[in-house]
Amino acid sequence: MENSIQFVPVGDCGVLAVCGDAIDEAVNARVMALDRAVQDARLPGVTETVPTYAALLVCYDPLQTDPDTLTPALQRLAGELTRAQNPAAAGRLVEVPVCYGGAYGPDLAFVARHAGMTEQQVIAAHCGRDYRIFMLGFLPGFPYLGGLDERLFCPRLQTPRTRIPAGSVGIGGEQTGIYPLDSPGGWQLIGRTPLRLFTPASGGQLPYAAGDRIRFVPITPEQFRVIEARQGGGV
Amino acid sequence: MSIAVLEAGPLTTVQDAGRAGYAARGFRTCGACDGYALRVANLLAGNGDAGLAVLEMTLRGGTFRFEEDAVFALAGAELQPLLDERPVPCFAPVFAPAGSTLRLAAARTGLRGYLAVFGGIDTPPVMGSRSTDLKCRLGGLEGRALRAGDILPVGADGAAARARWQSIKAHGADRPLGDPAARAPARPWRFCAGQKTPLFRAVAGPQTRAFTPEGLRTFTETTYTLTPDCDRMACKLRGAVIGTVRGADIISDGIVAGSVQVSANGQPIVMLADHQTTGGYAKIATVIGADLPSLAQLRPGQALAFTFVTAAQAVAAARQQAARLEQIRERMR
Repeated sequence: MENSIQFVPVGDCGVLAVCGDAIDEAVNARVMALDRAVQDARLPGVTETVPTYAALLVCYDPLQTDPDTLTPALQRLAGELTRAQNPAAAGRLVEVPVCYGGAYGPDLAFVARHAGMTEQQVIAAHCGRDYRIFMLGFLPGFPYLGGLDERLFCPRLQTPRTRIPAGSVGIGGEQTGIYPLDSPGGWQLIGRTPLRLFTPASGGQLPYAAGDRIRFVPITPEQFRVIEARQGGGV
Repeated sequence: MSIAVLEAGPLTTVQDAGRAGYAARGFRTCGACDGYALRVANLLAGNGDAGLAVLEMTLRGGTFRFEEDAVFALAGAELQPLLDERPVPCFAPVFAPAGSTLRLAAARTGLRGYLAVFGGIDTPPVMGSRSTDLKCRLGGLEGRALRAGDILPVGADGAAARARWQSIKAHGADRPLGDPAARAPARPWRFCAGQKTPLFRAVAGPQTRAFTPEGLRTFTETTYTLTPDCDRMACKLRGAVIGTVRGADIISDGIVAGSVQVSANGQPIVMLADHQTTGGYAKIATVIGADLPSLAQLRPGQALAFTFVTAAQAVAAARQQAARLEQIRERMR
């Protein structure tokens, strides 16, 4: 397995472990397995890791270690990864309640027209499968999800919105995702989750991590308000 | 103890050594763009921890009133400081009596000036850091740039500042840094055709193979200019187009401060403290940690050039720079 992972220096603060060159569940599962191994190994000088689609960035403090020390250690960990990496077994399943359409999903009608489906069919297609979180990036807690139903592929807005409310669930091109905080954005918004994915007081905790799976669960506006109010009480 | 902001300047934020450890979840590190000046300012202000929160001021400084006795120091771009209208030195510990006003002006050279206070700026830490994340509106003072009327808490009171000042004077450390080489990081120059251009050392990659051999030569053999489109996130450069093998898009991967992305139009972008954690443009190189502070001091319109070094040389430079800071720490002891 170690033969398939290449190690490239990133300045004097990182080593990039390149695990493949495709957006692919097996490649991503290898990234996550290596990430877990690196974190468990607590290598001296390693400050943090950033797992992405097909690579793991291992950041280090150049006053404590260097690539000549770190790279062989990483190679060893890569070599020890078990061959039986079952992508389906990796990660947790995280349910994200979503109120589709209406004020929460102003573009649901457009997505339905574009797909030649009813709004109910779009909702059923969107929450009818689980999505792997390949990576988090762009914004704190923004999940890059794989596996969107091809029928829901949809162009982005011609003019991005200047402010998308936190929790909005959208489709942009071949991807679907959640905006964890208020942000500008060009995706078609089909719903919103009442889950507060991120607050400064949460200490950076998120309900999910890269490698997990997300399942969208449709809820009514009443349920949205109940969950929202419950979180307002402090979670 | 606290500091009253009478005038804030165009972009003044609370910054420390950054919010490290959360990039996997998509949080930017932020922190001082010139991490060397951050540390010099802190050490000279009498702080043992060189990563305490300071004020980072862009192009022009603000005006501040110390509500109690304080010890402060300025580093980075020189902002022509006046304490109660009398000039005081940069790169030196300065004692500010209660009620005194520090007035800063335009940077004579450089872009970003740093004001450190003994005890550190003591705004509430968010996820282990006081750095302001302007994009996500967290950290610092309410996640935003400072404005007139703000009150900044400081982590030491007037009595502690007076005691620290006495110990600084007793050591004879109340003078400006004599060695100009200690004020800013040592960095090479390129002399070519009568021009002297700041030269930035960079480690090739990680996507070296996305570029043509000619593209790699273009990057290191020509001169680039900072465009007006430069901020705490990135410096966008303009110059000769860097040739790619199959376009600039890659499968998104992790970014560090110093990463040099090449955008679709073949122009390099150097990522700074507020960079996104991941990106989808191929990265031709990473500016080494020892040189990045001086890149963060360049202004739009200034020229720069790049040269490749090995990762081992980059690590050696980082350690040299750390040793220089240790000398300053030693002197302040």
